[in-house]
Amino acid sequence: MSLQPKVEGLNGDEAIAYALKQCNVDLVAAYPITPQTIIVEKFSEYVANGEVDTEFVTVESEHSAMSACIGGAAVGGRIFTATASAGLALMHEMNYVAASHRLPIVMAVVNRALSGPINIHADHSDSMGERDASWIQLFSENPQEVYDNMIQAFRVGEAPTVQLPCMVLLDGFVVSHTLQDVAVLSDDVVKGFVGRRGLPLINVMGQTVPYKLDVEHPLTMGPLALYDYYFEHKRQQEEAMMNAKEVIVKVHDEYAQLTGRRVGDGLIHPYRMEDAEMALICMGSTAGTTRTVVNELREKGVRAGLVKVRTFRPFPAREILDAVAGVKALGVLDRSGAYGAVGGPLFNEVRSTLYDCADRPFVVDYVYGLGGRDMPPTLIREVYDDLARVVKTGAVQQTLNFVGVR
Amino acid sequence: MSGSSGKLGWTGIPLGGVSWRLSEDLKTGDWRGELKPVVDNAKCKECLFCWVFCPDAAVRWDGTKISINYDYCKGCGICEKECPFDAIAMVKE
Repeated sequence: MSLQPKVEGLNGDEAIAYALKQCNVDLVAAYPITPQTIIVEKFSEYVANGEVDTEFVTVESEHSAMSACIGGAAVGGRIFTATASAGLALMHEMNYVAASHRLPIVMAVVNRALSGPINIHADHSDSMGERDASWIQLFSENPQEVYDNMIQAFRVGEAPTVQLPCMVLLDGFVVSHTLQDVAVLSDDVVKGFVGRRGLPLINVMGQTVPYKLDVEHPLTMGPLALYDYYFEHKRQQEEAMMNAKEVIVKVHDEYAQLTGRRVGDGLIHPYRMEDAEMALICMGSTAGTTRTVVNELREKGVRAGLVKVRTFRPFPAREILDAVAGVKALGVLDRSGAYGAVGGPLFNEVRSTLYDCADRPFVVDYVYGLGGRDMPPTLIREVYDDLARVVKTGAVQQTLNFVGVR
Repeated sequence: MSGSSGKLGWTGIPLGGVSWRLSEDLKTGDWRGELKPVVDNAKCKECLFCWVFCPDAAVRWDGTKISINYDYCKGCGICEKECPFDAIAMVKE
């Protein structure tokens, strides 16, 4: 299908609000927090102007925001919220409830460092705190990807075999407040793509009923499940996460048919990896800078590559294994610390994945950009230089490195 | 890797932790201790205070007289305490 592309000047937050306007959500419950505030400000303008018929619930905290979202999703609505940093941390308890109730809420998380010291700028420490909450996590490199991920997120989470909440992640300020030309779809096309939220059917006391709170077919959500059944419910969540991988790829393909835009296969985006001798793995806005550095190095004949992880949950282990085959040294860029652990969270996942690889590369962790510290091309070049030394000497000097710290 | 408890497995239970049985299936009366309430229908004036106050809906009112459903009565004694006519006594099982 060929469509006349329409371009809007949008920053990352505005791209979320714009996509949200087109996705026909029933309820938004949110509490403002920098650098997410633009999302709910912009969206509340749409509400006030009558451009959407969404119920906008102003709440007293993020814990309440997620609670209201759970209620809205439990009665069958399509629900959205947005937060960052301390707000996401305050939601922590309810995030697990949303996931275990299998409610496909979509949440934009504008990645911002957790206190302390108090800081408003980008790093991934906030969303890493939710990595085991059973939420799908889609990272975005720029406002265009933010817009695209938002529209796909509803379809992914609401898929019958998934039924899990989904986070769309964007780096605070670097993406949230940076204006870019964003190619947008028409309202009708988005409406057709996202459709209406379908409800799975469940079997309760001999009756097959839609999974929602409904006086016609009463059911109990959120009862106590102790050692006799809790474990079985958590096992179901793992299955849903595994199913999500296939759905993410399928929805990404279908979206690419509409737009011509792809982020690899929807899970990871390998760049110049075919004959790469060394490569970096990263998420979010730094992928763009790293791609520029890869191009420079390639012009000098250096066989450098990049693997951008778009889907962090479910983790694309098999895909990463295939993408890095033949690489001698692999660097992982971690935009969050894991104090006292073997390395950053992305490093841990990647190195664990590579255990299944017969011809394992050296793997080095580079923690960078904490609290919004800049990661310019010069620093990324230094990281590739370090990897080149690993390739040359056949040894890793230091597994855990801090890039750009004094 | 599962035992043979006779309980449903993860593929057999509904989505999202929804209850698939009524709480009536669990006869919680076996939680009761030494004492159980016994109604003296001769003293009872059918005011239904016991029926209102029972936290477990274990007091039954059939339209003519009060009785206790021992399948669910946990023996808390609230009905005895609330009865204004001493028509309920807590007695040893």
